[in-house]
Amino acid sequence: MTPPLLGVGEECQSNVTLPSSSASLKASSKNLELHERNYMMGLFGCPTIKGPAAAGVFGDCKSNLNLKATELRLGLPGSQSPDRGVDLSSGEPDEKLLFPLHPSNNSHSGNKRGFADAMNTNGASEGKFMANSDVKAMLSPRSGTNIGQKSQPGLESAGPKAPRGVEGATLQVTQEQPSSGIKESRAAGTPAPKAQVVGWPPIRSYRKNSLAATSKNVEEVDGKAGAGAVFLKVSMDGAPYLRKVDLRNYSAYQELSSSLEKMFSCFIIGQYGTNGARGKEKQGDNMPKDAMDGTDYVLTYEDKDGDWMLVGDVPWEMFLDTCRKLRIMKGSDAIGLAPRATDKCKSKN
Amino acid sequence: MNYFPDEVIEHVFHFVNSNKDRNSISLVCKLWYRIERFSRSSVLVGNCYAISPERVIARFPCLKSLFLKGKPHFADFNLVPEDWGGYVYPWIKCLEKNRSKLEELRLKRMIVTDDSLELIAKSFSNFKSLVLVSCERFTTDGLAAIAANCRYLRELDLQENEIEDHRGQWLNCFSECCTSLVALNFACLKGDINLAALERLVARSPNLKSLKLNRTVPVETLHRILVQAPQLVDIGVGSFVCDPESETFFKLTALLQKRQSVRSLSGFFEMTLYSVPAIYPVFPNLISLNLSYAPAFPGEELIKILQLCRKLQKLWVLNCIGDKGLKIVAHSCKELQELRVFPSGDGDGNATVTEEGLVAISSGCPKLNSLLYFCEQMTNAALITVARNCPNFIRFRLCILDPTKPDATTLKPLDEGFGAIVQACKGLRRLSISGRLTDQVFQYIGMHAKNLEMLSVAFAGDSDKGMLHVLNGCEKLNKLEIWNCPYGDGALLNNVRKYETMRSLWMSSCNVSMGGCRMLAKSMPQLNVEVINEYGFLNRDGDDGQLVDKLFVYRTLVGPRMDAPDFVWTL
Repeated sequence: MTPPLLGVGEECQSNVTLPSSSASLKASSKNLELHERNYMMGLFGCPTIKGPAAAGVFGDCKSNLNLKATELRLGLPGSQSPDRGVDLSSGEPDEKLLFPLHPSNNSHSGNKRGFADAMNTNGASEGKFMANSDVKAMLSPRSGTNIGQKSQPGLESAGPKAPRGVEGATLQVTQEQPSSGIKESRAAGTPAPKAQVVGWPPIRSYRKNSLAATSKNVEEVDGKAGAGAVFLKVSMDGAPYLRKVDLRNYSAYQELSSSLEKMFSCFIIGQYGTNGARGKEKQGDNMPKDAMDGTDYVLTYEDKDGDWMLVGDVPWEMFLDTCRKLRIMKGSDAIGLAPRATDKCKSKN
Repeated sequence: MNYFPDEVIEHVFHFVNSNKDRNSISLVCKLWYRIERFSRSSVLVGNCYAISPERVIARFPCLKSLFLKGKPHFADFNLVPEDWGGYVYPWIKCLEKNRSKLEELRLKRMIVTDDSLELIAKSFSNFKSLVLVSCERFTTDGLAAIAANCRYLRELDLQENEIEDHRGQWLNCFSECCTSLVALNFACLKGDINLAALERLVARSPNLKSLKLNRTVPVETLHRILVQAPQLVDIGVGSFVCDPESETFFKLTALLQKRQSVRSLSGFFEMTLYSVPAIYPVFPNLISLNLSYAPAFPGEELIKILQLCRKLQKLWVLNCIGDKGLKIVAHSCKELQELRVFPSGDGDGNATVTEEGLVAISSGCPKLNSLLYFCEQMTNAALITVARNCPNFIRFRLCILDPTKPDATTLKPLDEGFGAIVQACKGLRRLSISGRLTDQVFQYIGMHAKNLEMLSVAFAGDSDKGMLHVLNGCEKLNKLEIWNCPYGDGALLNNVRKYETMRSLWMSSCNVSMGGCRMLAKSMPQLNVEVINEYGFLNRDGDDGQLVDKLFVYRTLVGPRMDAPDFVWTL
């Protein structure tokens, strides 16, 4: 009896025999192939695929994973250790440095889930659909050419990638995305079959491709889960033109305030230049503050209801939600707000 | 009834529209068969290889509306190789040759070339409606031909097709005298279109009720279109990237506040959170909402939207809505009948859904009858509760992302859960199961799912008995598709007569052998037994013991097909 899909097995094997490299990326992708090979053998190599046997296949993956999990520690600085799920707080500063994701992002829990699942059950993974398509390239030589022909946006690989199979795909997928460290470790922490088998999960290929395209776009744009950048107009009284800022770039009022100061510093310098009152041309934080002292600038915003409010009263998250426009008012205009503004300036001193 | 003249009988038949009923009528007697065939205007061919176009047209010469389905369902998931088949050209050619007065053509999972579209455009002067679902191999040039030549076109609906976009000006090709458009859906096109041409087309289509834009149409154009077309009921909003500061945002909100007629929304391909408030006025009247192509938002944001949708009957979302979001839906959308929760691709910390969400929906939405649910995990207890709460399921498709995951709390197989579903839902017509499953679940299905027409199974069962329970028990079974289950020749050959009563059987990555397939082909000449030798490992004349990876069996009146590629063998 001819073992079916011998070629597939061979291809898998050729992928597995990578030159051993210390880079964790390669190591993890090797993990993936090993898992995949185990799984594929389970699928096509065994004459009887019984439930327990299938579980056994997954079990193999599991044991592989536990071993491999330690290898990840050698990898990228700040990458997760297996008990990362417990120890979130200590990991956070590194996270923030490396990954542009918002610190309060649920990516931690996602990662935790990945590992917990690998430890306990046969895990759940949101799957890597791009890798899926690439696996298809590997498995189906006939279909592989199809990918090249169709030039679907979601697919990274065209024909040439097909022979390199999963390894190429995995590397490509992880390199593309900013949160590569998290993805890598999670990918290695979950059983391979989930993400990389042709036909699973059963979603229409059209939808799969467009999901891949969308998630790529979102991550390229701002590296955060979900919403895109939010640009708001910032006007300043007396300035000849307005500016726009992306509120998502900041995490607190202080950051926003100093950034605005820097942005509008040129107007303030100009003013003083013509007045000749101070004639200072200092750079950095000091100058704007002094300018603010002198002329009582107040930062206000227009909210959803159209009312002008003083910036700083509500929590930052609520502010993000309700702010529609920013305006740097002169103290003399902000009559009702002026006492507070003066206090603010005083506190800055 | 035979005392009546033929015209009267024909008049009575005129009121019978369902295909099934018409099929039954035609079996009563030769007279009724004759009358029925001349009065039939709408034909569904569920498998384009079960019959030839010549015979269809010979039997139904007054055919006006044709619905063809091509590839097997699993082609959606890349399990059927390219070039397997499903070409529509021979059908069009035959219809044209017989001078058919075709008005409506609906195709699903077929290969449609530009030549076919051009032929349609030129051959049928009264052509009114073209609906293409999951088709491929055509380009915008073919669409241009349709636009240019079909003067009375009412409907052009392109759903989830792979279309090569030549970025030509296909939309411009609609002639100025084409004013009859009722529905236009080009959401799956990737390229730019001529916005001015689109606006002019909308302006001269007073009957346009449904318009679905693709992602390249900016929101300003959407606004202008909405101004032009107050009669629109079903809108695909395209990308919907709208700066909340912009004038368009305010104009749109103001306009939509007056539009109470919009009932259905889709699109949102690149929606940002701040754009959504512009369409808040529409949500309370919505019956159908498709957010499944929107970027994966945090559930909290979706909740704000869904809380407003009190009349919603159909909801398609991504699983980032989370269990929490589903609980809100259960609380707010009491009229919900159809729910689809798709996986969002990269669970980058986004919430996903579990059995909790499903239980919440089932208890909050008693009218639920159609479900497609991709989830992290499931439990028997949850499924039993769902079955109790919602006995009206017609379609129940559950996909646990880890295909062999057992009950998340007890670690037992999910047999009891699905058993409860089939037992409670007497009207169940379509079922997809997943998770850790033994032969027991198939015993339940065979025993209780008497109305089941379509069953999809993957990674389930322990032995041939599973498949046999289903084949022997499900009387109305029409389509059975199996992937990665341990069924072998014993299961395949036990009840071969059953396949004659079904449209098709798909088995891939199971344990059937060449010998079994040959035996099946020999004993049932009215079936086409197609062995799909995708990887080229099988030897056609070789050993009986070779394992067949992909098998597709279907009943047919016309024998082996002529257009099979060389890797598909009809035994």
